[in-house]
Amino acid sequence: MLSQASATGGTAQGFLLEALQIRKTFGQTEVLKGVDLQVKAGELVFLIGPSGSGKSTLLRCCNRLEEPTAGTLKLDGTDLLSRSTDINQMRRKIGMVFQSFNLYPHLTVMGNVTLALRKVMKMQKAEAEARALENLKLVGMAEKASSYPSQLSGGQQQRVGIARSLALEPMLILMDEPTSALDPELVDSVLEVIKSLRDRGMTMVIASHEMNFARNAADRVVFLENGLVVESGTAEQIFSDAKHERTRQFLRQSRH
Amino acid sequence: MDAWDRFVFTFFNADVASRYWPMILEGLWVTILAGLAVVVTGIVCGMLLASLRTLGIRAINIPIILFVDIFRALPPLAIILVIFFGLPNVGIVLPSLVVLWISLGAVLAAFSEEVFWAGITSVPPGQWMAARSTGMGFGQTLFYVILPQAVRLAIPPLTNRTISITKNLALGSAIGVNEILGQANSALSMSSNATPLTMGAFLYVLVFAPLIVASRLLERRYQWGGH
Repeated sequence: MLSQASATGGTAQGFLLEALQIRKTFGQTEVLKGVDLQVKAGELVFLIGPSGSGKSTLLRCCNRLEEPTAGTLKLDGTDLLSRSTDINQMRRKIGMVFQSFNLYPHLTVMGNVTLALRKVMKMQKAEAEARALENLKLVGMAEKASSYPSQLSGGQQQRVGIARSLALEPMLILMDEPTSALDPELVDSVLEVIKSLRDRGMTMVIASHEMNFARNAADRVVFLENGLVVESGTAEQIFSDAKHERTRQFLRQSRH
Repeated sequence: MDAWDRFVFTFFNADVASRYWPMILEGLWVTILAGLAVVVTGIVCGMLLASLRTLGIRAINIPIILFVDIFRALPPLAIILVIFFGLPNVGIVLPSLVVLWISLGAVLAAFSEEVFWAGITSVPPGQWMAARSTGMGFGQTLFYVILPQAVRLAIPPLTNRTISITKNLALGSAIGVNEILGQANSALSMSSNATPLTMGAFLYVLVFAPLIVASRLLERRYQWGGH
């Protein structure tokens, strides 16, 4: 059900997503100063770092919601920055989940999930609804299909947000602080969904402050600060044996 | 004849009313027709202009903003008179009803552009991002995600504008459009009695009450999931 990166595709090194030397400048401020992010198929990569370090901007550069000022960006071997690439077709393959959910308030849960299926993938109504229902089941929201977002809790809204991305069968999902707008008791329901996606082999890049979750579930952790990667490694290595003092200090502070 | 009788004779005179009724009814149809034309053109053009403005192209936005600011500032009567008496000098002669339609349609377009634009800009940027991230194009996002939310915010101020601008149809009497007030005025001169004006006033209420009711229904229809 979840589409996988093709075994033959990808770049020479076998990366599904390859962002190299990404720079992004807003006016006078350089928010990203040449960041590398390489993600293999099936990996769960955690972006950590203090607020303002460029995590959100990096994620948005990956599907060109923000246009990188410089750098190269490839998904499954396709150059996302090339003029000949249809970015709308490529975005369909890159799911995105937002901190504030960003569900469409004028549409029901079903409407939220089916909109892109109908308008981008040009599915018939019945087909789109069947696909939506499958994905709503995966996140435990099938019973709420006819509710409006305003009638749902934050955790429920975020699960619908995840289903909305999943329904397009992306190769990769980017999550921008998916749990930081949630009440503490609702966080687990969303983390469980993320965990189940990971177990199904979905490739994900998650910017988050959920350190315990990162420690247990992440394959790799990337620590960003001031628009640069300070350190990157396996979760095990970063959490118990970080090379840089700055990384250790950040992790110590995030524990409280 | 005491004061009360004189009042009734002047404003609620059954004789005068029955004599001039057909004439004023004629005016009613002109008002309804011209009103529908003004409302449809004004709102459709306003929404198109606001949508164009979202593209963020300077060469398009500057003329739109100029048009909107000028037509919001000018008194509708001035616009009507300039078009009606001015355009014939350059060889364009338009029927007075068309002049009224174009003038008020343009004024409503200017105001509704601002109302829709305010609605569009108050939709959170996350809505654009969410829709674009699923591969929807700019136009699809605007049409299926942004405008429905903008319209909801626009309905109450838009109804007010629509009613206050459509009422200016009465200005048509200045250039000889035989709408309700024009007809009532003629009847007033012929009968030397104010009853036709009373009739006209009632007809105006009759025409605008449904608009107000319709806007309330629309507002209710646009309350998704209850707030």
